[in-house]
Amino acid sequence: MTLTRRSMLTLSVGAAIGVAAGMRTGPAAASAEDAMAKVKEFAGGAEPATGTITLDAPEIAENGNTVPISVSVDSPMTDDDYVTSVAIYADGNPSPEVITFNFTPLSGEASATTRMRLAKTQNVIAVAKTSKGGVFMDKKEVKVTIGGCGG
Amino acid sequence: MATVKPRVKVPKSASAGEVITIKTLISHPMESGQRKDKEGNPIPRKIINKFTCEFNGQTVFSCDLDPAVSANPYLEFTAKVNEAGTFKFAWVDDDGSVYTHEQEIALK
Repeated sequence: MTLTRRSMLTLSVGAAIGVAAGMRTGPAAASAEDAMAKVKEFAGGAEPATGTITLDAPEIAENGNTVPISVSVDSPMTDDDYVTSVAIYADGNPSPEVITFNFTPLSGEASATTRMRLAKTQNVIAVAKTSKGGVFMDKKEVKVTIGGCGG
Repeated sequence: MATVKPRVKVPKSASAGEVITIKTLISHPMESGQRKDKEGNPIPRKIINKFTCEFNGQTVFSCDLDPAVSANPYLEFTAKVNEAGTFKFAWVDDDGSVYTHEQEIALK
């Protein structure tokens, strides 16, 4: 095969894409698919609806080591209708799981706040499950200036 | 091992049926297992993986933590107070140690 200008171009473009893709995945980063798979597992096959749940996260986090996030779900929190758990996932961290909050009717409200690590700019996903079988999801993109996974 | 000191903020009193906010903070490195030391050896994971809050023996709130939670994990949540009693907080470490704290609340 002779190398024409055109074939050289396609080759180099291909190589560049390969390199870029390699850099993006990194050694051990979760992908959006991994995170969504976790969401599905948590939801138990149900399709998460939007609304009812609110995830609060900063638009830009200067320090990925401590990113404040809070989640709240609209629920009467009575004995027969309450939010059982809320799971938080991040789709660009080495592993997508962040934290799972388990509520009871004694919680009064289905809301919680914590601080999390974000390795890079990525989506943070919150999924809530209710005692009546409802599944709700909210998603926020957080831009990270300094990553928070060490190394 | 560095001393692990839990700090909890619970209102001193509440009216019956009131939903109060509880804030907790515990000093802990939450070593993720992702980092490497100067020689390039991975630092083993050591995190608090579970937190529970009980009120008069009944679970109010609990959570499962993963390495993505920041060092010195901070948790803020709510609890409905129907009677006077004691809140019991417990943090479970990867190595099996449990750090506990208790706080009483009175009715107004």
